[in-house]
Amino acid sequence: MEDAEAVKGLSQGQIVLKRFFGHNAAVVSMIVFALVLILVFSSQGIKLWGWINIPGWWHYSYSDTPAMVNGGAPTVSGPFSWGDHPFGQDRVGRDMFAMTMRGAQLSIIVMFTIGVIGAFVGVVIGALSGYFRGWIEAILMRFTDIVIIIPVIVLAAVLGTVASNAGSGTTVVNADGSITVSKSWIDLMFGWLQQNFGVVLLGTFLGLVIWTNMARLVRGEFLTLREREFVDAAQIAGASSTRIIFKHILPNALGVIIVNTTLLMSSAILLEAGLSYLGFGVKPPDTSLGVLVSQNQESFSTRPWLFWWPGLFIVLICLCINFIGDGLRDAFDPRQKKFSSKAVERREQKAAAKQHKTLVPAGDGTGTGA
Amino acid sequence: MSDPGKKHVAGQEPDNSDAVVNIDPAGSSSRISDSAVKNHGIPVLQVRDLSVDFGVEKKWVPAAIKLNYEVHSGEVLAIVGESGSGKSASSMAILGLLPENSRVTGSVLLNGEEILNATGAKLRRIRGRDVAVIFQEPMTALNPVYTVGFQIVETLRLHNEISPDEARVRAIRMLELVELPDPEKAFKSYPHQLSGGQRQRAMIAQSLSCDPKLLIADEPTTALDVTVQAEILDLMRNLRNKLNSAIVLITHDMGVVADLSDRIAVMRKGLIVETGTADEIFNRPQHPYTQDLLAAVPHLGQGSVEGADVDVTAALASVTARDVSGVDPVELARREEENRRALAATREASTAQHGAAVLELTNVAIEYPKQGRVPAFRAVEGANLSIYPGQVVGLVGESGSGKTTVGRAALGLLPVAEGTLHVVGEDITHATRKDLRALRQKVGMVFQDPSSSLNPRLPIGESIGEPMFLAKVAKGADLQKRIETLLDQVELPRSYRNRYPHELSGGQKQRVGIARALSLRPELLVADEPTSALDVSVQAKVLDLLQQLQDEMKFACLFVTHDLAVVDYLSDRIVVMQRGKIVEQGTRDEILRNPKEPYTQRLLAAVPLPDPEKQRERRELREQLLAVGTE
Repeated sequence: MEDAEAVKGLSQGQIVLKRFFGHNAAVVSMIVFALVLILVFSSQGIKLWGWINIPGWWHYSYSDTPAMVNGGAPTVSGPFSWGDHPFGQDRVGRDMFAMTMRGAQLSIIVMFTIGVIGAFVGVVIGALSGYFRGWIEAILMRFTDIVIIIPVIVLAAVLGTVASNAGSGTTVVNADGSITVSKSWIDLMFGWLQQNFGVVLLGTFLGLVIWTNMARLVRGEFLTLREREFVDAAQIAGASSTRIIFKHILPNALGVIIVNTTLLMSSAILLEAGLSYLGFGVKPPDTSLGVLVSQNQESFSTRPWLFWWPGLFIVLICLCINFIGDGLRDAFDPRQKKFSSKAVERREQKAAAKQHKTLVPAGDGTGTGA
Repeated sequence: MSDPGKKHVAGQEPDNSDAVVNIDPAGSSSRISDSAVKNHGIPVLQVRDLSVDFGVEKKWVPAAIKLNYEVHSGEVLAIVGESGSGKSASSMAILGLLPENSRVTGSVLLNGEEILNATGAKLRRIRGRDVAVIFQEPMTALNPVYTVGFQIVETLRLHNEISPDEARVRAIRMLELVELPDPEKAFKSYPHQLSGGQRQRAMIAQSLSCDPKLLIADEPTTALDVTVQAEILDLMRNLRNKLNSAIVLITHDMGVVADLSDRIAVMRKGLIVETGTADEIFNRPQHPYTQDLLAAVPHLGQGSVEGADVDVTAALASVTARDVSGVDPVELARREEENRRALAATREASTAQHGAAVLELTNVAIEYPKQGRVPAFRAVEGANLSIYPGQVVGLVGESGSGKTTVGRAALGLLPVAEGTLHVVGEDITHATRKDLRALRQKVGMVFQDPSSSLNPRLPIGESIGEPMFLAKVAKGADLQKRIETLLDQVELPRSYRNRYPHELSGGQKQRVGIARALSLRPELLVADEPTSALDVSVQAKVLDLLQQLQDEMKFACLFVTHDLAVVDYLSDRIVVMQRGKIVEQGTRDEILRNPKEPYTQRLLAAVPLPDPEKQRERRELREQLLAVGTE
């Protein structure tokens, strides 16, 4: 029938990309998020894990304690007159801008770690149980159920403590009453990790808590996809299970996975903030957005800016990630498309007016081509 | 407007905005049909310049363009077209049932009253009472949590002020009217307790409960088996005579149309290309598209190009020893005689078995294993079947007969519970995964749904090349070259290699599916309803291609289908399955010219013919057959 509408084809990925860039909120969020990333990482420099140390352009570090200026109130009075302490200072005089930037850095790192680890674990468990079914599914899904029934915040608090105390060894009370600290090789390893990759270790542990939703979604997706005929076709072609899972099914489940990962990330940043607020996450003197909020909660009525700035960044990052996730979901799901007949009419009128304009100066009397 | 027996061929008029009635001066007087004579006064439904657009990607895309038609009471107008021709969209637009992103313009007069874009309250009053709809899927159109009776009573009481008891009496009368075997029981049944055909009857009872003036039937028999389809069509014909409503029948199946309609409108790409009486459309189609459409419909008994035509009606008549009223007995006797002669000729010509069987099933039973509390289900039992090299065997049956199960088991996709199964000389009854992998280089499969059988994330070149790549037959540039050869063979441009499945039409996708199945030059090809998801015109092309490739490559083929006409087109042998058992098998001529089993006879008689005259003969024969069955 309608053979060969010979247009050079777009791949599925290109179509998704095109639709994503048609989603205004998502594109704006992408730009805002990129700006936040640049600001956060360039101002404080990248000081991670002991051995990476690139200085930032801001003249205070988050651990400096300069003299109080203006009673610690923010000095910013316009977009280009920031003053010495634009976000103010805390009780001991630390620069709030520097601290917020450092906090946002750590929060973002934790967020990405949680996202990657959580998504990976969830995808693997979901894919295996969805594809193989049978006893593999039974074991994996019951395990998932067990993880789900433990409140995330409790599990995360325990694991967070483990992460931050890792490597400090076990306190042993000897027979003669003396107390020593014994360190096995595991403690030594965690100690090294904790020292050099502190927040990443925290993120990894949290990622091991938060994957359950992803596993269920991916399993559901696999259950429907494995019944599709192209899976049978691949089987007849002689493909192995590994090949079917990774080459045939997984790319088709990518939409669900990407979307869910972004949503997982935005909940991760909140989880980290919550944990740090409770004192189980990032430990002072280092700081994160959650820690900042927690440390300054008593001063909310007297020096509210200590509360605003970290709060503002949490909201900003979460909103950006959520909107990007929204845009991705719409891009992967064509049924989500919105259509406004009024907008089309307006566009048509505009086009007609434009055509009219171009035709009138030509003035050859052929009319508007109706 | 006074002459409904009009003839209107679009495309001959550059601007048909006011050329609504275009009376052909030469032929109009002779072409006024019976129905046209008895229908005067205002039509029940009058559609003027109806256009439907859908908003896609921030643009209006037309689905139907300036449609004009009218239906009188007691008349059946069939709107025929392939998928995407706008036939359903335009009819749903009449009732305001289209989604938000649509735009409908023009005028729709129901008994002279404008109903297009009417207010919600007015539309609700019209829906169900004046206009009723029969949908395609009876299972999804009935609400599964309410009894059939409740749903009919609901419709009745919404539009009539009657007591529940009275509504109940009327509902049961409706169920009687649609010839349900036990109306009282059906009244209390939930939809899932009824069979597909019964559900469709219940659906019809519901839609007719308020005596609608207009009935829109949207593909009412597409989801049903042939024998059930024939019953529902009979019912609709009876009802039409009893009720005197106007009926708009939307379908893609020319056979259904031939049986039921007075007038036919052929739609293509949103335009009505031709309207006329059934007789005109079938016997003197004017528009080239209509001619193509009619030519593409596979006729049962017509066979392949070189095969002689089989007069199935005559065959059935001779088997059942019945006369067909309206056909000269002498003429029929001559046709029966001819049939017998042809059968004898092919029997002599049929050679003995050639070589070892490619596929051999001996007393095979296939079970779906039990899952949780659902017990194991035996889908196939005691199946004996052999396919020899170069043979095409058609496996026919209705839904649930186990035909697809046999096809899948033949490729080792399902385990065999009993009996032995030999494929390409190897016993795969208890094969391991490794054995199966070796086997799969010698077999291929074409799937039913082309959009589901290709991985949407792989370019089609890769899909075609995968079996060769995995079998380590070819790699790199050699693989590319072989992919190009295969694309040539299935008559697709080589540049399509880099395209993705969603960029191809249904027919093209099915060609890719065939190319993939044939990439390893298999000895056995299993084709599982490869054409049932395609439009008629595309279906014919795909079947031609498959046959041509079979001639070239001489593979054995198990062709699974529900459509006897398709089997007839391709197969050397036909195997008929019913409820998991093979009831009859034989050469094409044996089955078509001399069906022995009553089930096969009924199946043959139920296939609608795209010709009003022949279909009438066939229908009478079918009624007699059924009468014989009940005697």
